[in-house]
Amino acid sequence: MTVVSEQSRTWQGALKVVDSQRAIRFGWWYVAEYRLRNLMKWISAVIAFGIGNPVLYLASIGFGVGSLVNHHGNGLGPDGVPYLTFLAPALLATAAIQSTFEEVTFPTMHGLKWENVYYAMTATAVTPNQIATGVMVVAFLRGLFTTIIYWVVLAIAGAFHSPTALLAIPAGMIAGVSFAAVMLALTLRFIDSQNFLASIGRFVITPLFMFSGTFFPLSAIPIWLRWIGWISPLWHATDLGRVLMYGRAVPGWLVATHAIYLVVLGAVAFIIAQRQITKKMTK
Amino acid sequence: MNETPTGTDAMIVATGLRKTYDDFTAVDGIDFTVTRGESFGLLGPNGAGKSTTMRMIACTSQRTGGTLEILGRDTDHHGPWIRAHLGVVPQQDNLDRELTVTENLYIYGRYFGLGKKFINAKVEELLEFAQLTEKRDAKVDSLSGGMKRRLTIARALINEPEILMLDEPTTGLDPQARHILWDRLFRLKEMGVTLIITTHYMDEAEQLCDRLVVMDKGKFMAEGTPAGLIQQHCSREVIEVRFGSERNAEVADQIRDLAVRLEILPDRILMYTDDGERDLARMVERGLHPITSLVRRSSLEDVFLRLTGRSLVD
Ligand SMILES: Nc1ncnc2c1ncn2[C@@H]1O[C@H](COP(=O)(O)OP(=O)(O)OP(=O)(O)O)[C@@H](O)[C@H]1O
Ligand SMILES: [Mg+2]
Repeated sequence: MTVVSEQSRTWQGALKVVDSQRAIRFGWWYVAEYRLRNLMKWISAVIAFGIGNPVLYLASIGFGVGSLVNHHGNGLGPDGVPYLTFLAPALLATAAIQSTFEEVTFPTMHGLKWENVYYAMTATAVTPNQIATGVMVVAFLRGLFTTIIYWVVLAIAGAFHSPTALLAIPAGMIAGVSFAAVMLALTLRFIDSQNFLASIGRFVITPLFMFSGTFFPLSAIPIWLRWIGWISPLWHATDLGRVLMYGRAVPGWLVATHAIYLVVLGAVAFIIAQRQITKKMTK
Repeated sequence: MNETPTGTDAMIVATGLRKTYDDFTAVDGIDFTVTRGESFGLLGPNGAGKSTTMRMIACTSQRTGGTLEILGRDTDHHGPWIRAHLGVVPQQDNLDRELTVTENLYIYGRYFGLGKKFINAKVEELLEFAQLTEKRDAKVDSLSGGMKRRLTIARALINEPEILMLDEPTTGLDPQARHILWDRLFRLKEMGVTLIITTHYMDEAEQLCDRLVVMDKGKFMAEGTPAGLIQQHCSREVIEVRFGSERNAEVADQIRDLAVRLEILPDRILMYTDDGERDLARMVERGLHPITSLVRRSSLEDVFLRLTGRSLVD
């Protein structure tokens, strides 16, 4: 060792050893790299859940509920497409949201509350903002990974009938990333309160899932509950996915609204998240 | 990589440095300069503001007032650049308990953007430095407190820092581990690394620090070399005598004139004098026979207690 043993190189000093330009520019990636390394240890579990989840959903809802819906009329579900096709964009968006949600909440709690690993990061060239960015990058990658697996399972199950079905992936991913930014901001805001994650699951995720036009068109639920869908990234992404995938008849302004809503929500939430993590970590 | 070290040898310059949390003032206007290769110690009771000062230097806590420049750059505007050249050992270990020893070092090197080849070679050196080679594949969770501390210090060296910040580096370590660590820190010092150390151990401060400040309630109470501080704030020797807890106060009046300064504690009297043996003899001449007596050199601890008081702060 430079410091102990004879055969060592000499101590050059950080001014020579560290390329601070590069360190400063790519801090977000080093954060992501750290998290990806950790994830790789669980890669078989990540894949197993990635496949198991859609298979279970399809078995129960897609085929179970689907056969009910399809038999009821002419063999088609809402929008005049098979029920599984109707359901597919919603399932993809849900999968994206679920995996990005996990990826922003638990590692953040781990890094700032259960352990102090984020504080170790900010003792280096990495900034709190870059931590937020790195977390989002990994959430994106994990969401994409999960969504693609889900898509393949749906394809095997015969949910898709045209190449445009691929577009359901980006539609779902916009919601996944947008929602992840919101969850990151919320996690940072409420990190010190007890049972935050459990409450989020109960009071946010579940209602979103039930009232976002997932299993039936939003128009089928009473008007006084529809607002949940309107604010829900899941509904915007699902509707967008249906338009892109099988050409669901939706006015142009609404399609634009879906996209703009998701992008703006995600961007604003991300800015808030960055402010919060910086405030928390530099006080 | 084309960064030239700053022209001057001042590594850290602080003037009127302040930090407040809401309306509580943790650091209350301190001024200091640390030069290249110097080893600078911060002493002070719990809550004095040592860690807060360290965090401001490490650019992980934003100052409320004053100026703070490290390697010639303002901490408010060049945090990441400055941090890229620092090594930080926080008061509380923040190792990743789920990773192995080697992984902890590796991933930390990556945060500085260091290349895999460089890190891998460096990790071997650091494992040896911290005497953790045999534990290289052990999970951090399974290490003893002393091993964790050594790993934290090794980790802080991965970028070959210009300045190494050590917040209570040896608290909780056994004497062997402390001495090994002192030896390591001494080598770093010899290589020209600037050290900033906080500690509650006076022997540690005397061993490692070229210059010390004693801090209390966010302010500097005194500053100087360990020997200089003793000379300035204490007599050369101290006589500790016990007359039994009832008589101590009564005897004190009869020997006050013998000492430069007298301190009456519940269990003993401390007489600060320039010649302990001489003054102890004079006391006995007056017919005062203590139950026990001890003559010793003044220590940094005497200075510390004199400046910061004997009562608990919190
Ligand atoms: N994040 C914070 N918010 C509010 N007050 C704080 C915060 N951090 C430190 N303080 C307060 O600032 C004061 C100085 O704390 P600091 O940790 O700097 O002391 P210290 O000298 O390192 O003490 P010790 O020897 O116990 O480590 C303390 O009174 C502490 O309660
Ligand atoms: Mg402290």
